[in-house]
Amino acid sequence: MAELSVKHLLGIKYLKEADIQLIFETADHFKEVINRSIKKVPSLRDITIANVFFENSTRTKLSFELAEKRLSADVINFSAGQSSVKKGETLIDTVNNILSMKVDMVVMRHPSPGAGIFLSKHVNASIVNAGDGAHEHPTQALLDSFSIREKLGDVAGKNVVIVGDILHSRVALSNIFALKLQGANVKVCGPRTLLPKYVESLGVKVETDLRKALNWCDVANMLRIQHERLDISYFPTTREYTQQFGVNKALLDSLDKEIVIMHPGPINRGVEITSDVADSKQSIILNQVENGVAIRMAVIYLLASKIK
Amino acid sequence: MSQKVLLSSKEINIILHRLACQLLENHLDFENTVLIGIQPRGTFVAERLTKILKEEYDVKHINLGFLDITFYRDDFRRGEKTLAATQTKIDFLVEDKKVVLVDDVLYTGRSIRAALTAIQSFGRPAEIELLTLIDRRFSRHLPIQPNYRGRQVDAINDEKVKVMWEENDGKDVIYLISK
Repeated sequence: MAELSVKHLLGIKYLKEADIQLIFETADHFKEVINRSIKKVPSLRDITIANVFFENSTRTKLSFELAEKRLSADVINFSAGQSSVKKGETLIDTVNNILSMKVDMVVMRHPSPGAGIFLSKHVNASIVNAGDGAHEHPTQALLDSFSIREKLGDVAGKNVVIVGDILHSRVALSNIFALKLQGANVKVCGPRTLLPKYVESLGVKVETDLRKALNWCDVANMLRIQHERLDISYFPTTREYTQQFGVNKALLDSLDKEIVIMHPGPINRGVEITSDVADSKQSIILNQVENGVAIRMAVIYLLASKIK
Repeated sequence: MSQKVLLSSKEINIILHRLACQLLENHLDFENTVLIGIQPRGTFVAERLTKILKEEYDVKHINLGFLDITFYRDDFRRGEKTLAATQTKIDFLVEDKKVVLVDDVLYTGRSIRAALTAIQSFGRPAEIELLTLIDRRFSRHLPIQPNYRGRQVDAINDEKVKVMWEENDGKDVIYLISK
């Protein structure tokens, strides 16, 4: 059978279209597995995985951990908050210490862009990027595309708009790479201050009018306003942002067609989307979370099969 | 490489009918029995048996499922290639049911070992039996024997038994291939 063209999952940028399809086909099987009464398979019983999180995370960490456990891997968790990083240890030292305990794979989240790429060149383990600064969050983009494929049958040819803070978003960048690779049409929408200056060079179009963008799209992926990353004022007030770029039920119902609403979570209810939109039947937000486990199982399974 | 015909279409048909009768003898109306074809190629045997039982022996309803064993195999990371999964389709509970695992060729017994683990994800069966169309004697790695066997063959290790089905390969025939 086909195998992944990469040894690590560092970003969507390094994947080929065939890799994405292989991950999706494998995830289809794992989705069936996690809906059984016994949701666990013994495939990775001789693999040990370290989840190394230098930045806060709830759902990604839970999702990875669950995926690893469903595959019967041994799991160790590491959070920078309670570690020797605080005592001045370097990234390579930290990870090499973990690897000395015979760990085969490292799932890492780190605030610095490129941390995973750096690590993959210096340590002998399979690296999965679980988010590196404002760079990439590949498993999120994979589960987003997988959810679109599940809902609409295919990703190719679909119109997808990504709304919100594109500038600071690793979810946006990974999604743009993934969607373009699969032949979707992508627009980004948000305040000019939160759109990267050269974003169009990635092959996406810019739309600053939310209503126009929503009328064009099949799927709207609503990003969270990440207050923790907004070092300066990019828009006057949250209230003004919501009025211009928030989706509410009235706006959704006034569109020409029924679009699909996605959100990578955690939702700021009442900011990017209102509660009635988040909980409407057009929203596939909770499907995304379920698919996240299946996608991460597929990624880990396929990468682990390359560990000799 | 040479190949000889082990069983012709006619012989396969006779054997399938015999196996169907043996199943009937033990399970009669199939009310509490389920047939599980092991993916990828045990499913053809299971489908044929189901068809014969329904059309020729008037069994009203048979629970037929397909089980993929990829994630339960014991050779993950040991071969060159990534193991590819196929579809599992079991739309019923096997709890307290009599399960008949169906496969085309029984060789080392490792697939059946994996299937025995895999089927437990769907409940605790009352009992499990094994039906196999071809039983390669003297080649077992594990203490596993079939309850129903189509034909027993002596094949040495570098020989291969290839089962072909009309619906998948154009004709019903079983070859013994030697290198």
